[in-house]
Amino acid sequence: MRQSLVPRRFKQVIDHQKCQRCKRCVQACGFDALVFEGQVTPHPENECVACHYCVAHCPEEAITIVENPLRYRPHDAWTADIIMQTTKQAETGGVLLSGMGNDRPWGVLWDHLCLDACQVTNPSIDPLREPMELRTYLGRKPDAVEVEMGPEGRPVVTSTVPPQLQLETPVLFAPMSFGSISLHAQKALAMAATELGTYWSTGEGGLHPDLYEYSDRAIVQCASGRFGVHEQYLQAGAAVEIKIGQGAKPGIGGHLPGRKVTSAIAETRGIPEGSDALSPAPHHDIYSIEDLRQLIYALKEATEYRVPVSVKIAAVHNVAAIASGIVRAGADIIYLDGFRGGTGAAPTAIRNHLGIPIEVAIAAVDRRLRQEGIRNEASLVAAGSIRNSADLAKAIALGADAVAVATAALIALGCHMCQQCPTGNCSWGICTQRPELVRRLDPAWGAERAANLIRGWTEELKEILGALGVNALESLRGSRDRLRAVGLDDKTREILDVKAAGE
Amino acid sequence: MLFRSRYDERDRGACGLMGWISRKGRRQNGEAILEAIANMHERGNGLGGGFAAYGIYPDWADYYCFHVMYGDERAKDQTEELLGQRFEVAHFEEIPTRPHPAIKNEPLLWRYFLSPKDVAEEATEDDHAVAAVMDVNAEIDGAFVFSSGKNMGAFKAVGYPEEVGQFFMVEHYEAYIWTAHARFPTNTQAWWGGAHPFCLLDYSVVHNGEISSYGINRRYLEMYGYRCTLQTDTEVMVYLFDLLVRRHRLPFEVACDAVAAPFWKNIDADEDEDRRRLRTMLRQVYASAMVNGPFAIVLGFGNGMLGLCDRIKLRPMVAAEDGDELYISSEEAAIHVMCPEPERVWMPKAGQPVVGYLDEGVAPGGAARVAADREE
Repeated sequence: MRQSLVPRRFKQVIDHQKCQRCKRCVQACGFDALVFEGQVTPHPENECVACHYCVAHCPEEAITIVENPLRYRPHDAWTADIIMQTTKQAETGGVLLSGMGNDRPWGVLWDHLCLDACQVTNPSIDPLREPMELRTYLGRKPDAVEVEMGPEGRPVVTSTVPPQLQLETPVLFAPMSFGSISLHAQKALAMAATELGTYWSTGEGGLHPDLYEYSDRAIVQCASGRFGVHEQYLQAGAAVEIKIGQGAKPGIGGHLPGRKVTSAIAETRGIPEGSDALSPAPHHDIYSIEDLRQLIYALKEATEYRVPVSVKIAAVHNVAAIASGIVRAGADIIYLDGFRGGTGAAPTAIRNHLGIPIEVAIAAVDRRLRQEGIRNEASLVAAGSIRNSADLAKAIALGADAVAVATAALIALGCHMCQQCPTGNCSWGICTQRPELVRRLDPAWGAERAANLIRGWTEELKEILGALGVNALESLRGSRDRLRAVGLDDKTREILDVKAAGE
Repeated sequence: MLFRSRYDERDRGACGLMGWISRKGRRQNGEAILEAIANMHERGNGLGGGFAAYGIYPDWADYYCFHVMYGDERAKDQTEELLGQRFEVAHFEEIPTRPHPAIKNEPLLWRYFLSPKDVAEEATEDDHAVAAVMDVNAEIDGAFVFSSGKNMGAFKAVGYPEEVGQFFMVEHYEAYIWTAHARFPTNTQAWWGGAHPFCLLDYSVVHNGEISSYGINRRYLEMYGYRCTLQTDTEVMVYLFDLLVRRHRLPFEVACDAVAAPFWKNIDADEDEDRRRLRTMLRQVYASAMVNGPFAIVLGFGNGMLGLCDRIKLRPMVAAEDGDELYISSEEAAIHVMCPEPERVWMPKAGQPVVGYLDEGVAPGGAARVAADREE
């Protein structure tokens, strides 16, 4: 008999004709939602979360997951979700937590934007026959290149360009700490980034000794908890990133509960094993833009100005002005995270209601930096639910220099978006520290799949560029006239600086 | 207004180009180039033709010469008031034309020889002139400065180039550089301002193609104060050269490496380390200035002429040399009209500029000025 008054969301349906009673599914479920009592049976208390690990690993294909057909009396305002949340909260008296990104039906602006294509007057280009260039440099660029005529009338450069990250495809792996995800998951992304010629990010959990071999492709984060931040760590990264905020939970900190702080995490973060790892909501040395400037320059000093410094912020209402201040404070890269961005754990209320969509944030920030004549002084990385190569191309057209992906990368590693990350029971070995679950994820297998995904996007992006009749990504970047809007109101179009389809 | 497009969108097109320079500064009138561009009649459709000529105002070589189109007297009054505030007007006159049955709806056409006054301390005289051009074109409805260099001028209209040339009587102008254009716009509306060449200061561009990177090129230029108001993608080409060559002081050949950038695979494999470093930096810094999509241009400037194709040469261009003369054209046949047996004819490669400079001392206006700028 269930204790909770919240009904199950999902039901496991076992085809007992097919089932050979191998019990593999019972062992497989990270949530212990199946038991064996003469035959495979749903656990009387524990719930199925629809992560599909048992489905994918049942040799007889005997398992089906269905939504529990139990209906509430329909109500437009008091939907089933809200009734269940209310009941759950009454049972626990706590903050409701969620994983992954905002799942509410706010609409996705990407799905209202069409990309252009060539017909007749400018020829499209076949990327299988012609070069198609995606190389991207992230970092501060000067206004001009200075050239002097050297001997024999040959031009010679007399100016310099500050340090840059060189990406062969404009997709980064977004920051996810060791702690929020398993070491195997992080290693898979590190290996994939190295193979792809792009970068991965440590997140705020430090750099485990085993991953130093991938540090030349790592962006090392310095967040409010300063976990794992030390000289060797800062010196190891290809770039340093100050994490101010995260799209899924702007304005609040993080909490890795002590039960997840294993000895390896404790060592990597520089904290006692089993202690709660609390990231404060603000950096306690940053209470204003001039404080941020000091930290930016402290990190530049610590890395001897060899690597770019990035600042990651959540997209919030006043994001354009904030971004402008960050550029003027000395950041070389701005990482914008929209409100559909993922997380290992966030209060559901925060995840679903704070911040703004990444689409408008890119448009507003790019425009503001241009109005102020400082767009070249920082690169713009956009994240927060970039789902495929089309989203990627549209983000670039709105003005992003590159995008970062976390959710898509985790799906490549096996994630089925069950949104149970905070429980630490991830059956796929991604978002868990339980050794028997972590062991399931082979980093080499994960790396191949993550790299495959980005290779697929890369090929598709080349096809899109070819259809647009350009052979270099920089000719799409910020080229908003290659976008048209369907079904967006005038004000939103004005902010996106995109004409309506047919105009 | 008479010569402004009815649609608030840019024009694209396919076209015919022709350019000629005598490096020794020998002048010839516009008859020869008119015949050459007329030979490429098929490349135009009667919706635009034009010419740029260098060395045509030797008596006024030190003055900016603004060629201005007006839709009405009111626009003319407003513009003349602005010019009077910012310049000493040394001389002004109507641009002489002869009536032509094919040339219709002509605007008022005037030219002004101007010397800047009250130039702001941080600005150069060129900056002062550019600001005036931008202000007239963006803010005075019905007025359009279509040429603003020294000792040079543009002549353009709706019509086939041979008709336009007859209308403006190009046979009366003696120049050491001529460029010409036959237009085939794909947005079939006729407005005088949309004809080529497009000009700013001494730069004039005739262009065949469509700039697929227009959106970002325009937004990049706007960051540096340029206002793209002429509803055509060609104007970004002029402004890019103005920014890169005049303001950032890059040599023309280096500016071409930014505008029609070499491919990374060629840059990375370049054994010349200085050049590899230069080109890498150009692509990093001027990514938004790279012009993509099919184009061929002939750019005239104070002391020379330059031909450039896009990085995969999607539009035709042929060049020829004969003695001190350089020819650039969309079609070889047109070159033979001007020069039956040139010493050398070749196909310029994708993204590689063909440049002809005037010999030292030939052009006291433009050339000396560019050279002096370099030495500072």
